[in-house]
Amino acid sequence: MTWDSTTVNMLLLGIGETLFMVFASSLLAYIIGIPLGIILVVTDVDGIKPIPVLQKILGLVINLLRSVPFIILLLVMLPVTRAIVGTTLGAKAIIPPLVAAAAPYIARMVESSFKEVDAGVIEAAQSMGATTWQIIWKVLLPEAKPSLLVGAAISITTILGYSAMAGFVGGGGLGSIAINYGYYRYETEMMFVTVIILVVIVQIIQETWMKLSKVSDKRIR
Amino acid sequence: MEQQNPIIQLKNLGKQFKTSNGTVTALDDINLDIYPGEIFGIIGLSGAGKSTLVRCINYLETPTSGSVIFEGVNLGGKGQAVIRQARRSMGMIFQQFNLLSQRNVLQNVCFPMELSGTPKKEAVKRAQELLTMVGLEDRMKAYPAQLSGGQKQRVAIARAMATNPKVLLCDEATSALDPNTTKQILELLKRINKEMGVTVIVITHEMSVIEAICDRVAIIDQSHIAEAGKVSEIFSNPKTAIGRQLILGDAARQVALGKDRQLRIIFDGRESSEPVISNLVLACKTPVNIMYAETRDVGGTAMGQMLIQIPEDETEARRIINYLKTIKVTFEEVR
Repeated sequence: MTWDSTTVNMLLLGIGETLFMVFASSLLAYIIGIPLGIILVVTDVDGIKPIPVLQKILGLVINLLRSVPFIILLLVMLPVTRAIVGTTLGAKAIIPPLVAAAAPYIARMVESSFKEVDAGVIEAAQSMGATTWQIIWKVLLPEAKPSLLVGAAISITTILGYSAMAGFVGGGGLGSIAINYGYYRYETEMMFVTVIILVVIVQIIQETWMKLSKVSDKRIR
Repeated sequence: MEQQNPIIQLKNLGKQFKTSNGTVTALDDINLDIYPGEIFGIIGLSGAGKSTLVRCINYLETPTSGSVIFEGVNLGGKGQAVIRQARRSMGMIFQQFNLLSQRNVLQNVCFPMELSGTPKKEAVKRAQELLTMVGLEDRMKAYPAQLSGGQKQRVAIARAMATNPKVLLCDEATSALDPNTTKQILELLKRINKEMGVTVIVITHEMSVIEAICDRVAIIDQSHIAEAGKVSEIFSNPKTAIGRQLILGDAARQVALGKDRQLRIIFDGRESSEPVISNLVLACKTPVNIMYAETRDVGGTAMGQMLIQIPEDETEARRIINYLKTIKVTFEEVR
């Protein structure tokens, strides 16, 4: 490979596409995942509004979705993607399967963050006459914030990993560059470059979100 | 006090928990009347059911039988809105303080007012007043992690008082604190009771807490109320084994040690100026062995108790007992 402007532009475009895929699908997956995580915790047998049947069914659906390998999900979602985005190619087209894979994962991450909230604090809020909504908004979410941010660091980097698989089904981003040039054309150097860029992106995301979590956490003296 | 209507009435209250090992009865046939303005203690060993009892009062636990009547309204079968309203009239503090860790002191005290929809300005003003009352006016911007245990409990008390409750429920509120801090927190509770007229219900396993601030006490043992009454009366004359165990404390161990006849003499303040034991020895011409003695401050009066070992000899023992009867000292025989 040569470091001409075409290559650089291609890589820059790849970085842009990857970041777009990752952050757009993370955002959408969180919009779906947070309410699901809340429902999992709140409706649990020992939750603040127990609806065990709903909780069990939701848990089952989430487990089912999580056990489908992402590469299969990519193929299964093709018709859905075409219906939503209008195409099955490019960076945009990878967002629906990424969201479908990430939302249940995020629901579980959110669930575990909420479960870390001290039961005594929830009880105190109940003793003050808080409604279920008030407990969710004013106790669970703010108290779990540092843990939610740590979870986001893990979730977003996992989504980044998934997005790299998009290359196989004609998605965009750094993953498809690595596959198309590095794998199909045996340009090992190109593969290395894309992988290194991915490593750097993972580092930046991980560190940024950990820092956000630390800064927001008031439990540290 | 008893002429007033009770603020809280518990009638035949029962609570059972279903566990994988069958049904566990936490409370059975609890009957209590708590009057406005008093400090009422509920004491028991761990596992006796006292924490469940206090949670039934504000319906954090729903009783499985009987009823909780708050200000004449039976809370049983009422909707969530009624329960929430009742809870706002009953502040609660906890052993582990349960402050919101991501909010500072001022925001913690504002929290219950946020829940009830008090305008922000008004809430902040009230929170500042309350924090001044508990002596934390200079720590308003601190976070709970930066406070000591005693300070955290002060914040919790200010928070519990924010919505002007009529009742303050204290669930082992001093059990995580050192003796000195415990004393300060108890004094604060007493002050709140006196100055704001709030009825205080204290749950504890420590007799010293009851003695320090309570007017009346109920002893709970194995899901039942063993005995209840004025603290001074229960102290001078416990009728049940559990009452004796809780009041005698260390002395109970002494009783278990000795095999001889022992008398427990109770001094309720009147006799403290008289040399009762010296006079007893001189009058009966019999030596007695003092096994244990202490003086405590029970509701403002110096209450003392002493365990003495009396001779095996029946005539000498009777002489001592008769002497104690004639000088009208409260005593009982323990073995």
